[in-house]
Amino acid sequence: MRSATPWSVVFEDLAKATGETVYMVAVSTLIATLLGIPVGVWLQLTAPGGLRPRPWLHKILGFVVDLGRSMPFLILLVVLTSLTRLILSSSIGPTAAIVPLSVGSVPFVARLVQNILSEVHVAVVEAAVTTGASTLRIVRSVLLRESLPALINAIGVTAIALLGYSAMAGVLGGGGLGDLAVRLGYQRFNDRYLWSTVVVLAVLATLVQYGFNRAARGVDRRRHASV
Amino acid sequence: MITVENLTKSFPSRNGQVLALDGVSLDVQSGTVLGVVGPSGAGKSTLARCVALLERPDSGAIRVDGTDLVALEGTALRAARRQIGVVPQGDSLLRQRTAAGNVALPLESAGVPGPQRRNRVAELLDLVGLTDKAGSYPDQLSGGQRQRIAVARALAANPSVLLADEPTSALDPDTTGSVLAVLDRARAELGVTVLVVTHDMSVVRRICDDVAVLEGGRVVEHGKVLDLVADGASRTAASLLPSVDQNPAAESAFDRVADIVLVGFAAVGALLPEATSRFGVQLSLLGGGLTRLAETPVARFRVGLTGERADSALEWISEAGASVQRTLKGPQGVAA
Repeated sequence: MRSATPWSVVFEDLAKATGETVYMVAVSTLIATLLGIPVGVWLQLTAPGGLRPRPWLHKILGFVVDLGRSMPFLILLVVLTSLTRLILSSSIGPTAAIVPLSVGSVPFVARLVQNILSEVHVAVVEAAVTTGASTLRIVRSVLLRESLPALINAIGVTAIALLGYSAMAGVLGGGGLGDLAVRLGYQRFNDRYLWSTVVVLAVLATLVQYGFNRAARGVDRRRHASV
Repeated sequence: MITVENLTKSFPSRNGQVLALDGVSLDVQSGTVLGVVGPSGAGKSTLARCVALLERPDSGAIRVDGTDLVALEGTALRAARRQIGVVPQGDSLLRQRTAAGNVALPLESAGVPGPQRRNRVAELLDLVGLTDKAGSYPDQLSGGQRQRIAVARALAANPSVLLADEPTSALDPDTTGSVLAVLDRARAELGVTVLVVTHDMSVVRRICDDVAVLEGGRVVEHGKVLDLVADGASRTAASLLPSVDQNPAAESAFDRVADIVLVGFAAVGALLPEATSRFGVQLSLLGGGLTRLAETPVARFRVGLTGERADSALEWISEAGASVQRTLKGPQGVAA
């Protein structure tokens, strides 16, 4: 029996892998948010009863979004390898993993955003319409601003989902904590790697959740929010 | 001023088209308040949504100061919307913005620069008596305060018409008064033309100059509140005047029994006593009572008269400007 890897080495590997994971998740969450919000807004505007109802466009857009969401992430990873190589001229490493992670979560974010925006009361939106506000202004000042707390929470949910997906991407050459846990921990029966990775992932998820909750509450001006 | 001409609007339903508005015409003079009343399903909401330019009528015109707004699109439509300030039905404030921020919204839409915007918001908060709540969020305000902020918002961009859709439906009677006072003040101080859609006759009683009764998508009564009330037989009179209980036993003791509607200070104060002394009749009040429409006292009394000249007395009262109707005994139709 081999002696266990010294903790100092484990910690060093862990720190590097954590950095890679945080990088992958942060950048892909950012990209998914930047692309997903406009798509979600578009979905909501074109919906029946929306500000710019376009039933057919809405149906097609909704179909594409749901197709994207129904695709198992692992498949998407493989399918998108060539796209990744096209964009980054490499399909290995954390940066390469960002491509499938972002693409995979845009539809997810878009649906979340549309659901959230549809919760803004019709009377509130119509009141803004009667002031002569442009659609762009209503989207910005009413739809997005009124649902900002829920949107922030949704981004938190996305980030945590991406934390999970990043582990999968890691195994397929992306690096990070998933790679560490599977390659060094699971395949080499090294419990120190396996369990310390699990702990770090749990801590990361908790921190992300806590941070987004705080931020959501921080921007909320409704009374029940502070209770 | 605003005129609605021959507005029709139908909606598809399972049994074909449902006609919500069937040739509705209204006009409201500048600086007056029109109350549109009617039972639920009469088309009030549809009318309000059409006037708010949220719903496009099938045919007809909505003219504000002469210009038809019905067919407008795009930028012209947005500009037209600024001429009509709307207090929508239900809670319509942005919950993530302060009271002042909510009032500022139409000014932002109109591109009014910051400093001017702040001044205007301050003026409006003063008008609705909520200057001290400028920094409060809607959830920190009472229902009546929220509704007053909604009125201030509707008035922000200096519209010539103010449309209020059921502005008091969610409020208790005390708060209702404060919201109506603000609408009345907007008319008095800003000279806006006010159109209030409501199922609540107390709104008509308190602030309306004119009233239109909507039924089955048609206007069945439209005119000055005081004229319609003085008529006695109108629907408006029926719902605004004090009710009179039937009491045949008491009524049988008199030669003549009549319902008399009196409008205005002079009439209510002096007409009946003078009739008594002039014609030497004995006049007793059998029922009814006194009420107020805005500032004007209005009464409906059931009176019993005894004396030879009872008919002459009733005739004289009618000539003096009161409406005498339903002479229950004696020759019918002394004066309608």
